[in-house]
Amino acid sequence: MNRALTLIRRRLVGSIFVLLIVVIGTFLLLEAAPGDAVDAYIVSTGGDAGMIELLRHRWGLDQSELTRLASYLWALLHLDLGQSVTFSRPIRDVILERLPNTLLLMVSATALSFGLGSALGIYAGARPGSFRDRFLSIGSLALYAVPGFWLGLVLIVIFAVDLRWLPIGGIETLASDKTGLARAADIAVHLVLPVSALGFIYLALYLRMMRAGMAEAWRQDFVLAARARGLSRRRIVLAHVARNALLPLVTMLGLQSAQMLGGSVVIESVFSVPGLGRLAQEAVAARDTPLLLGIILVSAVLVILINLLVDIAYAFLDPRVGASGVDA
Amino acid sequence: MSGFTISRRTMLAGSAMLLASTAMPTLGRAQTPKKGGRLVLAADSEPRNLNPAIVASNGVFFISSKIVETLAEASFDGKDGLAPRLAVSWEGAADGLSATFKLREGVKWHDGKPFTSADVAFSALQIWKPLQNLGRTVFKDLSAVETPDARTAVFKFAKPTPFQLIRNALPALSSVVPKHLYEVGKIEDNPANIAPVGTGPFKFAEYKAGQYYRLTKNTDYWGKDEPYLDEIIYQVLPDRTSAASALEAEEIQLAAFSAVPLADLDRISKVPGLKVITKGYEGLTYQLVVEINHRRKELADLKVRQAIAHAIDKDFVVKTVFLGYAATATGPVPKNDPQFYTADVPTYAFDVAKANALLDEAGYKKGADGNRFSLKLLPAPYFNETKQFGDYLRQALAAIGIDAQLVNNDSAAHIKAVYTDHAFDLAVGPPVFRGDPAISTTILVQSGIPDGVPFSNQGGYKNDALDALITKASETLDTSARTDLYKEFQKEVAADLPLINVAEWSFISVARDTVGNIANNPRWAVSNWADTYNWADTYLES
Repeated sequence: MNRALTLIRRRLVGSIFVLLIVVIGTFLLLEAAPGDAVDAYIVSTGGDAGMIELLRHRWGLDQSELTRLASYLWALLHLDLGQSVTFSRPIRDVILERLPNTLLLMVSATALSFGLGSALGIYAGARPGSFRDRFLSIGSLALYAVPGFWLGLVLIVIFAVDLRWLPIGGIETLASDKTGLARAADIAVHLVLPVSALGFIYLALYLRMMRAGMAEAWRQDFVLAARARGLSRRRIVLAHVARNALLPLVTMLGLQSAQMLGGSVVIESVFSVPGLGRLAQEAVAARDTPLLLGIILVSAVLVILINLLVDIAYAFLDPRVGASGVDA
Repeated sequence: MSGFTISRRTMLAGSAMLLASTAMPTLGRAQTPKKGGRLVLAADSEPRNLNPAIVASNGVFFISSKIVETLAEASFDGKDGLAPRLAVSWEGAADGLSATFKLREGVKWHDGKPFTSADVAFSALQIWKPLQNLGRTVFKDLSAVETPDARTAVFKFAKPTPFQLIRNALPALSSVVPKHLYEVGKIEDNPANIAPVGTGPFKFAEYKAGQYYRLTKNTDYWGKDEPYLDEIIYQVLPDRTSAASALEAEEIQLAAFSAVPLADLDRISKVPGLKVITKGYEGLTYQLVVEINHRRKELADLKVRQAIAHAIDKDFVVKTVFLGYAATATGPVPKNDPQFYTADVPTYAFDVAKANALLDEAGYKKGADGNRFSLKLLPAPYFNETKQFGDYLRQALAAIGIDAQLVNNDSAAHIKAVYTDHAFDLAVGPPVFRGDPAISTTILVQSGIPDGVPFSNQGGYKNDALDALITKASETLDTSARTDLYKEFQKEVAADLPLINVAEWSFISVARDTVGNIANNPRWAVSNWADTYNWADTYLES
């Protein structure tokens, strides 16, 4: 337990620097993009010089970049994410409203891709070179090659437009009074398509890693030893081969979480899910710098936390790696 | 609809109707209005400020015009193209120094307080004139609003102001908000900007960011037996393809403002139960314009500009880029404008040989590589069609030996590059015609506009005769004399080509045939929908 605590403490200290770099980097990148929030706003309204000047002043855009960055960091120190210029609301509220939807989408999609992917990987890897192995490998590769938005659109056309089994998008039925279990069921139904679209893409990754890990494990001496001891094939596959192949997958889980956040931008737009990914896209288009910084910050914290959890899990799963991970 | 003769467009709409009438037994039912029910429609953007008195833009009107009303609305058959709303009559003084509005009796705000002339005076003086994007120009000389009684508002102007302009501005610029809610605190930070309170047929009920806006029936509405609908829900669908799928899946019953892309219309018009409607946007015409940076010495030469005009095949653009849902343009006022348009202007037929000859004459001979000179071309990214026209224009210019380098930006970057930094040679823009050239058309060619003003002359063009004409028209009180000056203006613009008008288009609605009273005025999508109805049992209710 001590080991885990040390790991957490060290990671948290390191994370602060990571977050600082992320914030400053994002700020500079967004400043380098031509046009500011007022330019983005007047696209739909037009307006004369006086009005534009007024807006720049109200939104604090008449101050220098350094002043704005400094005041942002100062506010951040007080855990204040600031005010969104496009929403005219505290950024914390805007993000908290969307975060659960993105988390729900990500966790469900990760569970789908990791669970189904590793299960199919074990199934394929149990008999390397067999027909089912080849079929699954090729099938998953095909899925991996499909762009997320396209898969999403195809799912919509089939299941929402033609068959009408599932809703076309959104996170829940609009303006309904559902509460409790009924609401949870409603949200689950709405999540089926976006979770499938997001999850199936990453499924291939876990499947192939699992399969490759198992192929590797088959050649190990301990498998030979297990065979020599006369263990059943089923027991060898599950307890020895698959278990050893599982470790890299857990690492992948952490790395994948960041990619999954990126993938959710597209999926959230296609399925009209009010989540962080779509919000980030809107914030870039609107040049709403503080809002985008807030989203990136929250995402970065999320990714850091997930990787921390993965490391802790790893330390418990494999004592060797855990010890060296702390000492390193 | 005068002169808006596009056979394919009308034909398509006609055939869609015909198809619907044979395929749909429910059409008979749908022709009689229904009371009650809900209309669910697509919204592609989420305006944060819903106060149309501050932000006079179509995105805001789309939602808030049902809640907050104007003094008058556009009309196909009303006098001067107007129908009364909060004002029942209006009259301008002969000296142009005042305008009198008689207001409607028995109108109440959504919170129960009575609507009076004080609300009009407050909105005009405290909001339209100092804060509104368009009002700041049109009402700049408004000095006072007198309210001799609760039903009369007299606008006083410091300088003579043509009443024709005020009248034409009423549908877009005259949203009235309640004084009692706005007189305390900063107007820009008022909570009613997010949850508007008005006199309209619908009340603002709720907004779930990223999901929907919900409006409910105002049971105290002044219009007899109106509104018909109990509820309007704007479902936020950010993806370009969502609206069409949602219509097909019967999750929504209406997609306005061309939420269904042109390329999908042919297919969607064949879906039983859906109709494609091209009417109802006559007052919201967009113009496809080539903006020119006259600081480039080649482009400062009229012959070069004429050559470019001759190089553009407008019919091809209408047919290919707009799939027939547009009209070719002749000048800065669109053909479908009933008051000002004149066809009597210099025109530029598609003629590549003539264009090449003009460029030779101007002294820009083709080099060894076949190019005369090269240009930076920035198509505006706001519409698919402006981007596609950018691609076309590059090819059209190549045919006359001008090498155009396409620069693609997102909206904020484009606005800055063209209107602040002037980092363009040619740009493709979609300015809106707002019913009167003085509102947002003359600004496209007038000189002396500060840097950074979007959708204005930022090409460094200066023509003293044209400037004088614009000033004179802005001071001319007599309606017919003023109209003649704007006809003169169109001639001068078409002759000197400060910019090149290529085409004019507007939006398209797709609706379930259960929805009725659609498109019954020239600004239908941004009007109050008091008489719109829907027979559909929505997916949501089932």
